[in-house]
Amino acid sequence: MAESAASTLHVELVAADRTVWSGEASMVIARTLEGDIGVLRGHAPTLSLLSASVVEIQVEGTNQLLVAALDGGFLSVANDRVSILAERVERGEDIEVSQAQVDLEEAKRLLDSSDEAEQRVRHAEARIRAAEKVSGKVS
Amino acid sequence: MAVSLREYRARIKSTESMKKITRAMELIAASRIIKAQQRATAAAPYARELTRAVSAVATFSNVDHPLTREEENPKRAAVLIITSDRGLAGAYSSSVLKEAERLSERLRDEGKEIDYFLAGRKAEAYFKFRGRPFVQAWTGFSDQPTYDKAAEIGATLIEAFLKEQGEDGDVDEVHVVSTRFRSMLVQEPTAIRLLPLEVVEGEEAPESDELLPLYDFEPSPEQVLDGLLPQYVQSRIFYSLLQAAASELAARQKAMKAATDNAEELIKKLTRIANQARQAGITQEISEIVGGVNALADAQAAND
Repeated sequence: MAESAASTLHVELVAADRTVWSGEASMVIARTLEGDIGVLRGHAPTLSLLSASVVEIQVEGTNQLLVAALDGGFLSVANDRVSILAERVERGEDIEVSQAQVDLEEAKRLLDSSDEAEQRVRHAEARIRAAEKVSGKVS
Repeated sequence: MAVSLREYRARIKSTESMKKITRAMELIAASRIIKAQQRATAAAPYARELTRAVSAVATFSNVDHPLTREEENPKRAAVLIITSDRGLAGAYSSSVLKEAERLSERLRDEGKEIDYFLAGRKAEAYFKFRGRPFVQAWTGFSDQPTYDKAAEIGATLIEAFLKEQGEDGDVDEVHVVSTRFRSMLVQEPTAIRLLPLEVVEGEEAPESDELLPLYDFEPSPEQVLDGLLPQYVQSRIFYSLLQAAASELAARQKAMKAATDNAEELIKKLTRIANQARQAGITQEISEIVGGVNALADAQAAND
C-alpha cells in the first residue's frame, strides 16, 4: 500500500491552541454523530461532526497506532487530506486515568442537574478509553 | 552646600533602583513576547482549518444560519473591548479604549444603543471610574489567554446575539475592539464586526481553476454549520485575545525601554549637578582655609 508518498493520507490533528499531530497515515477511524467512520485513501470528500470520542490513526509505514481523545469537533476529508479539529485533544499516553475517572464520577453526579454534564461524561469516558487502549498495547 | 549634595546622591540612588526595575520588566516582556507569538502561531492551524471548513459548507449549501442573518433594523450593538490587566504598557490600553469610543460614536450616530462587554482589568476600571454601565467583564488572563476563556466569551456573545429582538439583553450585531500585532514595533488598535458573520473571508480564496470538492455532509449541512459557526466565532475571539496578548507585551517592552533610557539620562544629569555641587563645596572650603591662613598670617605680622 505504501509504494509512494502519494498513496497515503495526510492527517492533521488540531486542537484549539496547537497542532497535536500531523503526518502521513494509512487509515483514520473516528466516531461521528451517526456512527464510526473509517477513512482510507481516496475517500469521498466529507465534512462531519464528531461526538466526544476516541480517534485512531494508523501511522503510515509503522505498526504505530495513534490514539487520542476528543471532546467533539469535526472531521473533514478532501483530496486525501484529513483534518480533525476539536477544542480539546489529548493523546492517549498523556491522559491520567485516575484523573479522568475522578472527572467521570463528578460529571455523572451532575448528570441530573445540568445539560452539559452528558457531554462531560462522554468526554471523560473517551479519555479513559483512549488511555486504556494505549496502555493495553504496551503491556 | 553639603546638604544638597546628599540630596542629589539620594535622588541618583532612587533613580538607579527604578532603572533596575524598569530594565527587569523590559527583559521579562521581551522574553514573554516570544512565547506569546509562538502561541499565536500554534493556534493558527485551527483557525485555518476552521475557515476552510466553513467556506466549504458555505460554498455547497445555502448559508442561512441565525449567526449569518442580518437584522433588518438593528437597534442594539454589543462591543467587546479587549485590553490588558496591568498597566505600565504605555498607551496600549488607552489607545484601545479610544478606538472603542470612536466606534461607539459611530454606532450611536447610526441610532444604535450599545452594550459593553469588557476583557481586561484596565477596561473594567475605565468604565467603573466613569460610572458607565457594562454587561459583563472578564479579567485575569490578558497576558496568557486560554481557549476556555475565549469559548466563555464567545458563548456569552452568541447567546446575546441569538436572542429575539425586543427580548432582554438582545443585540443585533457584535463588534470587537482589540489590538492587532503587526510587528514588534507596530501594534494597531482595530475594530471588527464579528456578528453577523460574513462567511466569505478574504483569507485563502480558492483559485478559479481549482475545483472545490463536492462534500458529503454528515449528519446534514445545516447541522454541520450549526456545529461549525459557533466554534468559528470562538476561534476568532481566541485569535484576537492572543494577538492582544502579544501586542500588550510588545507595548510594555517599548514603554519600559523608554523608561530605562529616561532614567539613564536623568542619572547622567543628576551626576553632573552633584559633581558641580561637590566641586563648588571644595572650592568654597579651600577659599575659606586660604582666607583663614591669610588672616592668621596678617595677625601674626601685626604682632611681630
